[in-house]
Amino acid sequence: MNVAVIDYGMGNLHSVLRAFEHLGVPASLTDDHALLLRAELLVLPGVGAFGDGMAELNRRRLIPLLQRHVSQGKPLVGICLGMQMLFETSEEFGEHKGLGLLPGGVTAIPERRQDGSRRRVPHVGWEEIVPPTEKSWRHTPLAPLAPGTAMYFVHSFAAQPADPAHILAICEHDGHPICAAVQRDNVIGFQFHPEKSGPAGLAILRALLSP
Amino acid sequence: MPAIRLIARLDIKGPNLIKGVHLEGLRVIGDPGAYARRYYEQGADELLYMDTVASLYGRNNLTDIVSLAARDVFVPMTVGGGVRSVEDADRLLRAGADKVAVNTAATQRPELISELARRFGSQCVVLSIEAKEREQGWEAYTDNGREHTGLDVVDWAQRGEELGAGEILLTSVDREGTATGFDLALVRAVADRVGIPVIASGGMGAAKDLKAVVQEARADAVAMAHVLHYNKLSIGEIRDYARQAGIAVRTVP
Repeated sequence: MNVAVIDYGMGNLHSVLRAFEHLGVPASLTDDHALLLRAELLVLPGVGAFGDGMAELNRRRLIPLLQRHVSQGKPLVGICLGMQMLFETSEEFGEHKGLGLLPGGVTAIPERRQDGSRRRVPHVGWEEIVPPTEKSWRHTPLAPLAPGTAMYFVHSFAAQPADPAHILAICEHDGHPICAAVQRDNVIGFQFHPEKSGPAGLAILRALLSP
Repeated sequence: MPAIRLIARLDIKGPNLIKGVHLEGLRVIGDPGAYARRYYEQGADELLYMDTVASLYGRNNLTDIVSLAARDVFVPMTVGGGVRSVEDADRLLRAGADKVAVNTAATQRPELISELARRFGSQCVVLSIEAKEREQGWEAYTDNGREHTGLDVVDWAQRGEELGAGEILLTSVDREGTATGFDLALVRAVADRVGIPVIASGGMGAAKDLKAVVQEARADAVAMAHVLHYNKLSIGEIRDYARQAGIAVRTVP
């Protein structure tokens, strides 16, 4: 499968590249439109601020390209910030517009618990993910996982999908529910880092390569 | 709450994995790549690399070691030592690091923390503090516990959080390499003051030390070197112990 990782100048684009290499499918890291248009699977990784990420995508004129890729039915996978940018808006350092490929927004994880005490933010570490009630991971990229498998998270903001049907996996951070993975047809997002979640994370990437 | 993270700490000098006592008297342990793979395979939640001589040379020399490790290790890697600028951090992140740890340069120019956080996000920035006990509380040191900063550790940790650090790596120089247990009062004092995760480092000698630092001192993660390098315990054994002691740790599939 022809895999391209979108290079848009944000941090941590290389880990996912190495993970694909490790799986025997060398991916290209590029912002070249011709290469990206040829890709069957596009991966939008990245850490950093939402507004910066969108500005960098915009500067490279990648937003229409991503929308076109998705409208052709080809899979787009967002990881961490990449997943958040799939949504319509974010409130990180001001109000920002996202790619709008999924309805909903991105909000800060509340720094206070309900009783007023402080919650650890950013949310860093391994968290067990499960499907929402009455959902199964069969025929999804999470099919290789047993519910309750721990994945590595590191984030301070989280997506709030407007349509619960798009939620593929959830977890909880210190009493606060977190949307861990989303899917709407060929648009897929992981808040956690499959490329940093050991063999179980690699199994997810492998599933994306042979759907 | 996320599971308590079990982090393998690899102190590096030149091409070698080394280990000292109180961050000094360094002994060569072996090839960092072999140890990194071993800890990944044992189920380490993260790896932490520290260039012990970086400040001496004014730059971090771990790029090659990290980029080699990144081919086989698919858990987060934090890299520290000699990070003085956004460019230094960028170089390490491009080599495969997920987070960078800053100490010396941040004590000299605290804005560095904010610059890194703004560019890469807070989750990418670890403030590394080398703490030594003094009459009142603890003082922050740099250069493997050799250089004074005059900063109070707990105040500095709080300042670091305000400036945008996403985690505190708290190394007790007094306990480091001694395997006599963590400095619980130190860890507790910092963990109570800041809202960001605290990684306790220095002193882990037995599985029971883990219980104390998590349950009494509220550490979010522990960094271990001595017990692992000298084969006293494997990460799997520590994980099993933690679970029996009622500490939430990740189940390794």
